[in-house]
Amino acid sequence: MDNESQYSGYSYKSSHSRSSRKHRDRRDRHRSKSRDSSSRGDKSVTIQTPGEPLLDAESTRGDDRDDNWGETTTVVTGTSEHSISNEDLTRVTKDLEESTPLECKRFVGPALGGCLSFFALVTPLAFLILPQVLWRDALEPCGTPCEGLYVSLAFKLLVLLISSWALFLRPPRATLPRFFVFRCLLMVLVFLFVASYWLERDYRGIVEYAASLVDALLFIQYLALVLLEVRHLQPAFCLKVVRSTDGASKFYNVGHLSIQRAAVWVLDRYYSDFPVYNPALLNLPKSILSKKMTGFKVYSLDGKYSFVLALTSNVQSNNSSFGLTENTTNNSTGQSRAMIAAAARRRDNSHNEYYYEEAEMDRRIRKRKARLVVAVEEAFTHIKRLQEEEAASSPKHPREVMDPREAAQAIFAPMARAMQKYLRTTRQQAFHSMESILTHLQFCITHNMTPKAFLERYLTAGPTMQYQQQNGRGRQWTLVSEEPVTSALRQGLVFSLRRLDFSLVVTVTPLPFLRLGEEFIDPKSHKFVMRLQSETSV
Amino acid sequence: MSFVPGQPVTAVVERVEIQKLRQGENLILGFSIGGGIDQDPGQNPFSEDKSDKGIYVTRISPKGPADLAGLKIGDKIMQVNGWDMTMVTHDQARKKLTKKKEDVVRLLVTRKSLEEAVKHSKGCYPKP
Repeated sequence: MDNESQYSGYSYKSSHSRSSRKHRDRRDRHRSKSRDSSSRGDKSVTIQTPGEPLLDAESTRGDDRDDNWGETTTVVTGTSEHSISNEDLTRVTKDLEESTPLECKRFVGPALGGCLSFFALVTPLAFLILPQVLWRDALEPCGTPCEGLYVSLAFKLLVLLISSWALFLRPPRATLPRFFVFRCLLMVLVFLFVASYWLERDYRGIVEYAASLVDALLFIQYLALVLLEVRHLQPAFCLKVVRSTDGASKFYNVGHLSIQRAAVWVLDRYYSDFPVYNPALLNLPKSILSKKMTGFKVYSLDGKYSFVLALTSNVQSNNSSFGLTENTTNNSTGQSRAMIAAAARRRDNSHNEYYYEEAEMDRRIRKRKARLVVAVEEAFTHIKRLQEEEAASSPKHPREVMDPREAAQAIFAPMARAMQKYLRTTRQQAFHSMESILTHLQFCITHNMTPKAFLERYLTAGPTMQYQQQNGRGRQWTLVSEEPVTSALRQGLVFSLRRLDFSLVVTVTPLPFLRLGEEFIDPKSHKFVMRLQSETSV
Repeated sequence: MSFVPGQPVTAVVERVEIQKLRQGENLILGFSIGGGIDQDPGQNPFSEDKSDKGIYVTRISPKGPADLAGLKIGDKIMQVNGWDMTMVTHDQARKKLTKKKEDVVRLLVTRKSLEEAVKHSKGCYPKP
């Protein structure tokens, strides 16, 4: 979120020139971490008009902001329409950084598997054809049993082909850091089988061998099916996934997987289950957090004791506290211990401020939401779908007929201001550009959605998938684990999936063993009496 | 001791006067009651007639005020301080016994042995 770059830029701000400040901010943005959503079209936060001070820490409160994209669509940076502004440049470079280059490594595994399976499928056919071609004279004739074998061979090859296609020829959705142990094993097995069959000369025997080779391949495929697919389906472990920045957590049940496959599985679910990561929501307002100890006075009593008087000041309150320790080791540790004691005894009112701040924020959000809902409802009443009969039967009132895009633009204006204020209050303005809101409005109008359906996207934070743009380059995640990543899941294992600015910590616990007992209740055994005899002591 | 609806109930009663004992905040009498017109009379172990819905003494604390006053387990309480106890609910009976402003309760109780004693004594004296 651009707030981060604002904060870092803030500290650099001093009497430097404007152009060097721009360069520095661009550098800051390069350095600043990229996020999941690469849509950066928001024009209202990163305003850097010359001479205007950088946005202060409370800029995310939208009350006193200059709401400009409701009325106009230009960016106030002093650039004209035809030149790329600072933001566009950074946006472009950020997009390039975000997407990794198309890796050839991604396709090596499937290519190898594809070659091997082609070789395996062709071998039985080659067994049948090559001896006919090469050694026709030296062979004994082979009668009806061979034909039976031919037929069964043909059918088995067909089954093998279809099931290979169904099971294995899928585009991989993830590249994993290590090889799959089981897949490697299976490929080696197939290779050995196939290679060892190229050793016979007797034709009838060859045909029988070909048939048995196909049988063996079918069984290997069955083995692959069980090892690679079925074993993973029956739930055995419960994974707890916690996002490190804001504590959003979910529990999932998985089967026996290796760590890397479990990681891919978790990431699949992450993109559709977890609410999107919003860095702007993480910070407590500065007024609460700035608990600076403004003054320390360290007194030494007889050289043996340290006495620390600490004054803390906050925006709201001034507190002082003290701590006393004995200098047994040396001076500095004694002093620091005294400081810790002083800090511990400080009368802390920040919970109070936090509580009121939260209540105030809730109230503000609710107020904005109410305004937004009313504005959207009103806006939707301005248009209605044109029926076919109306168009034909009312020639005397020619109404202007619009397509969805124009209709959306027409009704967008009255709700734009309320929408922008609401997004700013809930810190979502980075995820929704004006263009995306217009597109969504157009979509909703086309599908006859009500205002509430239109607003569903903005009132609740959706999963990360909702904010993705489809570029085929993939997302870069790092699997951090203390065990080798091909080892199987077991109890107490912890690994984490790291992205640039947050990480998901995954803890593995086994599912409990269930002892299910049985109790039969006769339906006639449900009988009741009144309980009416009580004894009271007086 | 059953009653016939519409006919007066007659019984031989003994007058028992119990001084309440102060225990902390409460004034206790030292016995437990059971029965009442809202209770199930079939479960009463002390009544002869299992449709009798009167108030019975079900337990006496040894050496308590009731024990010292001569109340016996299984007695049916007919009156408490003038209030009738033959046609009351369980809770009403409890309230009449545990009024905080009264230090002493005067009960009229009846039991089988009283009837026997009166019959016996009646039989002894020839009628003039």
